[in-house]
Amino acid sequence: MTDGLGAAGVSAEDERWADALMAAELLAHAPDTLKGVVVRAGAGPVRDGWLAHFSRALGDGRPVRRLPSGVGDERLTGSLDLSATLSLGRPVAERGLLAEVDGGVLIVPMAERLSDQVSARLVSALDRGEVEDVFGRAQPARFSLILLDEGTADERPPLPLMERLAFQVELDGLRPESEVELETPHPEQPVKTHDGHIEALCATAEAFGIASIRAPMLGLKVAQASASLDGRSETNDDDLLVAARLVLAPRATRMPPMEAPPEQEAAPPEPPPPEQQPGDQPEPQAESPPPDDGDGKQELSPQELADLVVEATRAALPPGLMQALVSGRPPRGSAMGGRGAGAMKKTPRNGRRAGVRAGALRHGARLDLVETLKVAAPWQALRRREAPERTGVLVRRDDFRIRRLVKRSESTTIFVVDASGSAAIARLGEAKGAVELLLAEAYVRRDEVALIAFRADRAEVLLPPTRSLPRARRQLGDLAGGGGTPLASAIEAAEQLAAAVRSKGRTPLIVFLTDGRANVARDGAPGGVKALEEAMVMARRLREAGLVTVFIDTASRARSEGPSLALAMGARYVALPRVQAEAVRDAVKAAREPGRGSNR
Amino acid sequence: MKRALLIAAVDGRIGGVMVFGDRGTGKSTAVRALAALLPPIKVVSGCRYQCDPDKEAACPVPCAARQGRTEAAMVPVPFVDLPLGATEDRVVGALDLERALASGEKRFEPGLLAKANRGFLYIDEVNLLEDHIVDLLLDVAASGENLVEREGLSVRHAARFLLIGSGNPEEGELRPQLLDRFGLSVEVKTPTELAGRIEVVKRCDAYDRDPVGFAAQWQAADDEIFKSIGKARARLPKVEVPEGILELGTRLCMATGADGLRGELTLMRAARAVAALEGKKSVHRQHLAEVAPMSLRHRLRRNVLDETGSTVRIQRAMDELFAA
Repeated sequence: MTDGLGAAGVSAEDERWADALMAAELLAHAPDTLKGVVVRAGAGPVRDGWLAHFSRALGDGRPVRRLPSGVGDERLTGSLDLSATLSLGRPVAERGLLAEVDGGVLIVPMAERLSDQVSARLVSALDRGEVEDVFGRAQPARFSLILLDEGTADERPPLPLMERLAFQVELDGLRPESEVELETPHPEQPVKTHDGHIEALCATAEAFGIASIRAPMLGLKVAQASASLDGRSETNDDDLLVAARLVLAPRATRMPPMEAPPEQEAAPPEPPPPEQQPGDQPEPQAESPPPDDGDGKQELSPQELADLVVEATRAALPPGLMQALVSGRPPRGSAMGGRGAGAMKKTPRNGRRAGVRAGALRHGARLDLVETLKVAAPWQALRRREAPERTGVLVRRDDFRIRRLVKRSESTTIFVVDASGSAAIARLGEAKGAVELLLAEAYVRRDEVALIAFRADRAEVLLPPTRSLPRARRQLGDLAGGGGTPLASAIEAAEQLAAAVRSKGRTPLIVFLTDGRANVARDGAPGGVKALEEAMVMARRLREAGLVTVFIDTASRARSEGPSLALAMGARYVALPRVQAEAVRDAVKAAREPGRGSNR
Repeated sequence: MKRALLIAAVDGRIGGVMVFGDRGTGKSTAVRALAALLPPIKVVSGCRYQCDPDKEAACPVPCAARQGRTEAAMVPVPFVDLPLGATEDRVVGALDLERALASGEKRFEPGLLAKANRGFLYIDEVNLLEDHIVDLLLDVAASGENLVEREGLSVRHAARFLLIGSGNPEEGELRPQLLDRFGLSVEVKTPTELAGRIEVVKRCDAYDRDPVGFAAQWQAADDEIFKSIGKARARLPKVEVPEGILELGTRLCMATGADGLRGELTLMRAARAVAALEGKKSVHRQHLAEVAPMSLRHRLRRNVLDETGSTVRIQRAMDELFAA
C-alpha cells in the first residue's frame, strides 16, 4: 500500500483523487473511530466511483444504509410500530435507523439540507455510540457517516457534524481514469504512537489556525488507522503525512506563519504546491517548537518532523481554500462560517399544536393518539361484535387523527450594500450598524440577517445568514470600499441567496442600499449604459420571483435611476440620502410586517 | 468551567450552569464527567421519579413500594441528555400507550423531566432548542414541579433538576429570559498554548488505547474531587456570610447594572459554595471575587453597540469596589 502520496510528476488532480481513495480505504478500515467523511461533489460518475471504491474496501458484513431525506426523529431512533401495536394490542417497538446501522455506515444524501434536529441526533449518537429507543432503553449505535454534500456556494452540512468526521474530500473537477486495485487489507489492530508524532500534529494544527482540538485527535486516529491498514503496530512518519493531508489540510483557516525557511528538510515526495504564495500576512505568531523530549527512535528531529507535516498539509490544501487563504478572507464554511442556526424545514414537524385533522399515517405525520382513541371509542362495541376474537381497542384507519402543527414563519433579511465610490465606508458602517441593531432584536423572533456587498467587479456574500451577533461583528469587522458599481451582479447574488433562504422554509427580505448608478456590467466590463440595462433586467427578475424588497436610495440628489430600479423590482422605495443605522432598521421593520403574509 | 460545575454540584439551588464555547472545546465531555463524580442518591427502589424515601413522595401516584415497607436503593445521580429534536411529549411525559391500547386506560407515562428529577438535565446546543420547549423548561425549572394538563390527563410531579446548557455563541443568541435562569455562566476555550493541546491529545490517545488503565490512573484524582464535594455539601449550611460581604455583593450588582435580584442571590450562594469547597467557615472577599464573573456576566443589560465584554465590565466594577 502506498501512503496516498503519489509519485513525483503526477498532476494535482490525480493526487486529490488518490487522497480521496485513501480516505475511503482508511474509513472502511476503521469506521468506528474515524466517524466518517464529508464528500463534496455533485451526483455523478465520480462520486459513484468513489462510493464503489469505498464499499469494495468495506467488504461485506457491515450494514450500509441511506438516510431518507426529511427523515423524522421517530425513524432515526425508533418508534412505536403502529400497525403491529394496534393489531397486537401491546406496544411493539420498531428499531430506529441508527440502531439498525450499528457497526456499519450511514450514507446521508443532500447533507447540506440536513435539519438541525436530525443533525443533533446524529451528533449525539456519534458521541455516545448509542441511542435510546422509544422505551428509553439504550441501543448500541456505533457507525460512521458519509455525508454527501451537493451544496452550492454557501450551503454546507451542519458544522457540528462535519467537525466530528475525520475526512473531507472534494471530488468536483476530478476525472479518474480507471478503477484502482485494492490490496488485501490487514486486520484492524491497536497502534501505538510516540509523543513526537502527537506533538507534530498539534503544532501543525496550530500553524494552520485550526482551533478545534478534535482535528489533531482525529489526525492521530487517522495516522493510527493508516499504520494498522499497513499491518504495523506503530505509526511512522508517512502515516503522519497521510493524517496531515487528509485531516488537517481541509480544516485550515490560515496559512502557517513563515519563519525560518525549511529548505534543508527532507522534501516530501510531492510536486511543489501549485500556487504557493508566501505573500500572505497571517497574524505574526511565533510557532513554538515542539518540546525536545521526543524519543530518539526517529532520524528526524522534532522540528524537522513538524516542518515536514506542515509542508504536507500545505501541499494538500484544497484549491479553492488555498486561494481564499492567500487572499486573506476566511473561506466560507471553514472552521467557523457556514450556515447559521435555525434553518428549519418547510413542513412543520414540530411547533405548537393547532388542532387535529383526519388523515392517513403518512411519512412525517404525527398521530394524535387521544383524539384517535376518542374517535374509535364509540365504535368499540360494534366492532367487537364483528371480530369477537380480538382484544384491546379496535382502531380502524378512518379513526386516525393527525396533529396539525404550526410554526411561525421566520424571516431572513438580506442587506445588499453598495460599497463602491467615495461614500462607501460610511454607508457600509451604517449598514453594519443596522445589521447589529436588527440582530440585537432578533432573538425575540429568531430572525436572521445576511449581508452582500458589491464593489469593483463583483458582489460578495460577506455575512451568510446568521442570528449571531458576535459572528456578524467578527465577519463585518473590516470592510473594503471604493471602485465601480456592479449592480446587476449584486441583484443576481441577492436573488440566489434569497432562493437558498426560501428553500430552507424561511422568508427572505432583500434590502438594497445604493444610489442605483450602475456602471459595471455583469462580465466586469465598465460602461454605464450596459450596466444599467442589465441591472434593470435583473431587477425585473427579482420581481418575477416574487421577492419582497426594499430599495433605500442613497443618492444625495434626486435622480431617476433609483426610483425606476425600485419600480422594476416592485420594491418599496425609501430615499435616505444620509444613511443612518436606525433609519435603515426602521425601514426594514416596516417592510417586514406586510412582507410576512404576502410571501408564499 | 470546572469550578462552576463543582459549585453547582455543592449547592443545587444555584440553578444551573450555562457553558459557552466553540466547537471542540470539550464542553459536553466535562459535563458528562461531572455526573459520574457525584455521590449516589437514595431512592425508593423502582420509582421512576427517583423519590427520596426520607421525604414526601414526589410521584403523582405514590410509589407502590411506599405502601408497606419502603425499600431504598442507592443509584447514581440521574443524568439526562435532552436531545434537540425532543418532542413535548417526550419531555413532559404523555399518555401510557400500553395501557391506553390494552385496556383503554388513561395513564401517565413519565417523560424526561421525571427522569431528571434530583439530577441533571443537560441540553447541548441550547440555543438551537425550539422555543416552545424552552418555555416549558423554564417554567418547570422555576417551579420545581412538572404539571401536565392535557389530553385529558392531569398530573403533577416534582421535577427538581440542575439545568446545564451548552452552546456556541456563533450559532445564535440565547433569549435573555432563558439566560437569566441559569445561575452561572462560563465560557470555555480550547487551550491555546501548544503544550496544553498536546497534553489533551495524548490523554485521549491513552484513554482510547487502554480505557481501564487510564481510569485507574486517574481514579485517585476522581476520588479526591468526589470527597471534596461530599465534604463541602456537609459544610455548606454552616458557612456564614458576614454583613460586609453581603453589602459588597449588593453594591457590586448595582455597580454592574445586573438585572434582577437573582444575580445577588446566585452570587451569595456561589460564594458560599466556594468557601465550603475550600473548607472555610465564612465567606471572604476573594470567594466573592472568584464567582462574580460567572454569576453576573450573563445578566448585564447589554448595550448593543458596546463591544466591551461583560467579564471586563464586572472586573472593572470589582476593582473599583474592592479598592475602596
